[in-house]
Amino acid sequence: MSEITHDTLAGSAEDGQRLQFHETTEHHPETGTLLGFWIYLMSDCLIFASLFATYGVLGRAYAHGPTGQELFDLPLVAMNTTLLLLSSITYGFAMLRMQMGKLGGVMVWLAITGLLGAGFLGLELYEFHHLITEDAGPGRSAFLSSFFALVGTHGLHVLFGIVWLVTLLFQLKKHGLIAENRRRLFCLSMFWHFLDVVWIGVFTFVYLMGVLP
Amino acid sequence: MVLMSPSGDIAVQQRDLILWSTFLMLLVIVPVIILTLVFAIRYRAGNDATYKPDWDHSTVLELVIWGAPLLIIIALGAMTWVSTHKLDPYRPLERIDAGRPLPEGVEPLVIEVVSLDWKWLFFYPEQGIATVNELAAPVDRPIRFKITSDRVMNSFFIPALAGQIYSMAGMETKLHAVINEPGVYDGFSANYSGAGFSQMRFKFHGLSDADFDAWVAEVKSSDEALSRAEYRELEQPSENHPVTYYASADDNLYHDILNRCLNEGDVCMDEMMAFTELGMPMCIAGDPRDRKARREDNELRELLDLTMADDSDRRSLNQ
Amino acid sequence: MSELDLTKLIFGRLSWESIPLHDPILIGTFIMVAIGGTAVFGFITYKKAWGYLWHEWFTSIDHKKIGIMYMVLGLVMLLRGFADAIMMRIQQAWAFGGSEGYLPPEHYDQIFTAHGVIMIFFVAMPLITGVMNYVVPLQIGARDVAFPFLNNFSFWMTTAGAVLVMVSLFIGEFAKTGWLAYPPLSGIIKSPGVGVDYYIWALQIAGVGTLLSGVNLLVTIVKMRAPGMSLMRMPVFTWTALCTNVLIVAAFPVLTAVLALLALDRYADFAFFTTDLGGNVMMYINLIWIWGHPEVYILILPAFGIFSEVVSTFSRKRLFGYASMVYATVVITVLSYLVWLHHFFTMGSGPTVNSFFGITTMIISIPTGAKVFNWLFTMYRGRIEFDVPMLWTVGFIITFVIGGMTGVLLAVPPADFVLHNSLFLVAHFHNVIIGGVLFGLFAGITYWYPKAFGYKLDPFWGKMSFWFWTIGFYFAFMPLYVLGLMGVTRRMNKFDDPSLQIWFVIAAFGAILIAIGIASFLIQLYVSYRRRDELRDDSGDPWHGRTLEWSTSSPPPYYNFAFTPRVHDLDAWWQMKEHGYQRPTSGFLPIHMPKNTGAGIILAGISTVLGFALIWHMWLLAGVSFFALLAVAIGHTFNYDRDYHIPADEVAGIEAERTRMLANHV
Repeated sequence: MSEITHDTLAGSAEDGQRLQFHETTEHHPETGTLLGFWIYLMSDCLIFASLFATYGVLGRAYAHGPTGQELFDLPLVAMNTTLLLLSSITYGFAMLRMQMGKLGGVMVWLAITGLLGAGFLGLELYEFHHLITEDAGPGRSAFLSSFFALVGTHGLHVLFGIVWLVTLLFQLKKHGLIAENRRRLFCLSMFWHFLDVVWIGVFTFVYLMGVLP
Repeated sequence: MVLMSPSGDIAVQQRDLILWSTFLMLLVIVPVIILTLVFAIRYRAGNDATYKPDWDHSTVLELVIWGAPLLIIIALGAMTWVSTHKLDPYRPLERIDAGRPLPEGVEPLVIEVVSLDWKWLFFYPEQGIATVNELAAPVDRPIRFKITSDRVMNSFFIPALAGQIYSMAGMETKLHAVINEPGVYDGFSANYSGAGFSQMRFKFHGLSDADFDAWVAEVKSSDEALSRAEYRELEQPSENHPVTYYASADDNLYHDILNRCLNEGDVCMDEMMAFTELGMPMCIAGDPRDRKARREDNELRELLDLTMADDSDRRSLNQ
Repeated sequence: MSELDLTKLIFGRLSWESIPLHDPILIGTFIMVAIGGTAVFGFITYKKAWGYLWHEWFTSIDHKKIGIMYMVLGLVMLLRGFADAIMMRIQQAWAFGGSEGYLPPEHYDQIFTAHGVIMIFFVAMPLITGVMNYVVPLQIGARDVAFPFLNNFSFWMTTAGAVLVMVSLFIGEFAKTGWLAYPPLSGIIKSPGVGVDYYIWALQIAGVGTLLSGVNLLVTIVKMRAPGMSLMRMPVFTWTALCTNVLIVAAFPVLTAVLALLALDRYADFAFFTTDLGGNVMMYINLIWIWGHPEVYILILPAFGIFSEVVSTFSRKRLFGYASMVYATVVITVLSYLVWLHHFFTMGSGPTVNSFFGITTMIISIPTGAKVFNWLFTMYRGRIEFDVPMLWTVGFIITFVIGGMTGVLLAVPPADFVLHNSLFLVAHFHNVIIGGVLFGLFAGITYWYPKAFGYKLDPFWGKMSFWFWTIGFYFAFMPLYVLGLMGVTRRMNKFDDPSLQIWFVIAAFGAILIAIGIASFLIQLYVSYRRRDELRDDSGDPWHGRTLEWSTSSPPPYYNFAFTPRVHDLDAWWQMKEHGYQRPTSGFLPIHMPKNTGAGIILAGISTVLGFALIWHMWLLAGVSFFALLAVAIGHTFNYDRDYHIPADEVAGIEAERTRMLANHV
């Protein structure tokens, strides 16, 4: 007998006594939703990693077009960043209300979060529109392509988060803070904070470093 | 099997490396195959050999199992490290073949290679000529290939001479090699590049010095010259392009193909990079489209040449 | 809006010219597919089986049924992929001495691209995923996977990708770029047609399925193992499945990202790969191989797992060196991310970079070598029964070490400079993928078939399949090694040098032998079905198995285990048998199970339409189907009624039936 895996048998404690080979009560494995969602987020993170890498390679390939220094409007981006960071905090408040079991509070804070997210998106769309009208669209240079891809992908995620958030508002209204909805709130919370973290990366690597000469 | 009996020193060394690596690996592969067959036959159910159903561990065997491949990989890894550096295609040659070091003062023959859809264009800056789909070089003189592509990626490969290297638009890869025996060898693209790829082949002639001079003279006697307009036509996709000789080629044509500035208005990539490196926005350097004016502005020219000279020894961007 | 604009809005680029009516080969194929399809549809309708298929299979969230559906998908696509292969073999054996063969380049180039894409994404991946789906929950004593609905959805998304690839055969064209679609060749200038768009959207849609299935199985293995099954008591197959799914979640996002970049370049004039605007094609090549290299380990690791199960079962012996097997698997998983550059040593990286990647590649052969020795020493002092799965295993070991050797050879950069892109390379990766992955899958299919269907596969036709495949493989690919050493490059559709022809003829002969091998396998399925009463296994444990899947009936009840097993040893079922385990026959409890749902197939169906619309620039349809997709997905989240309890009586009834069967068996 192997010395590694047969220890349960060799050990005298169990010698002579019958091993139990099945559960006699209902066995419920732990729910894996949060782990699964976490793994999904990590894989999403790799998509962003690829886009960051792309930006890292092409971020200075201006093709004698405009540079980040010429294009980026830092005050606007700072405002944008503030909105998104605030929305993370308000989401946090929603989660606190959830722990207290207060449905109304959850919904109010969620709605505020969604509005802040929408504000963020609005500013981003304004920035994109501005760039494109200034002949600095994604087809102008590889730098701008990678900029639009990275920032745009983040924006699409925020948009998706808002759609999800609105859906969840309806579901909360219908079913209240039942276990499923709490789980969904947790998942969306992870998603929302994840987008915040990604945005901090975007803000630092794209905008702040982009305006450096 | 051309890879097993090549005619250029680099390819010969690559062949030797293949043989040595194979030999090293066979040290473990052959016993495994034999053991598999022996065990399969000896321990088959009907044979009544020793049977130990619970035996599943042996520290000694585990050590051997991990150790034997490890030792072989250490040997092979060392070989890889040394040979990869020695046979780096960017490294100028130090010998003509196993017995002959490179004599002092021998300059390599520079050949500039452009892969087009679907043919090969060769420039000989020293001789001032250009050819399509035919390549020649004197025996025992090192060759320095500079390789680029008009758009699609190809791979420049003459198996008898040396290993291959990709040709990529906007980038220059390099290959150093020498041919040791006169003869006619096959060259082709080893990277699929579209419909006409199968015919993207050429002959490489290894010639004695005299024959090479005669070949150059023959090319020079051609009526055709490779102007920019001519190149524009050549650039159009074609299959099975006939061998063509050009007695002369436009100045800077290879440079402008490589740096993507064939049209009057274009900014060359090397200039673009030089400007970026100098931290000089294009607007200061004058109208970006006015290349001619810039070439005539001596002060700027010197500055640019300085930056670009650093650049010329640099590898393609993927380092 | 003028009529023309409206037509364009609705039909995009699609017109009657898009149907390849000029190509007799495609017309013939189409007629055959149409007749075959009509026959199948007619048969199902005649048997009134649509309702059965819909309720019992298409909408099923039972991991076993989804596993079987994956296998069916993989096998169907294998026929398509192999048809491509044999067409290439014939073309290359034929097109000599001025002959053009029978395939013009624009057709031939699609065939080799489709062959690669189909074999990797729609044959190997579904088959591997199918086996994991079927076996893993049973091996770990679980009742289903962690996310049963996602499992169904993943399967249908994979199928949606396969459907798009098949549609490209008859409407438009497939990519002519090689299976990884390197730009600039795959860019809009050099590939203006729909081929690359089919490629992009088929892979993106299937990629969603693959990624979700990876998350799903990963969580299943981490969270749902039976009590007592610590990580070091997990069956080796489950271990390899765990590592493979880690690789899937960590690699596929990169593919998604890089294909999205290519799509942006093609659809929205982005400049990622446009050299003139500062783009860089080397980035594409790097990124796609950062996915591509782990991908080959995604395929081979579960095959290693299958061989480990088979070799220990049929040697009637504990697996030798379980711990080192596990460590080897984990080491391979990690290292598989550090080797991608060996796919393009010839791109001009420096010698230090090249030798780094060369050496890391070689290091992978150490754990792989250890695995081979472990299998060998499992056979050593065993009592080997040469049933068909074991034949595949021995065939694998011998074939695979040859492929491994040529692989290490290719990892030596200066050697790779002459062997890269040659037929030697083609021979190498077929050697490891056929000799490793495919042999493993056949071993696995034969091994677990009785579990899934309650009867063994006919051994005669199994052996026929094995011998034809193996001998056919050597005939088909050894000549390619020789040709590679003769300096012949891949993806050529005609040749000048007549001395090469004989080798291509031998290779084509090998392909025909493989065709007989595939036919034997299909005959085996049919014959076994006809002889199912003779081949029936009532015990649930036809091979004297060692792991938990053999402790339940064949086929298992939909809840897998009436009581969740408790594990004390690596070979859990073996130990139960040794201890004279008595199956419980009373005291059953209600079992909590998920409900079937049609959401998966509907979402995937809409995705197919969306993909098709994007390929053909049918913007109206694209918009409509996108919003439909969103609406259905959101609608599905409003369904809170997703599970039910099987009453204890029903469980008791099913288990009593099994008790009766076991009594008959003895």
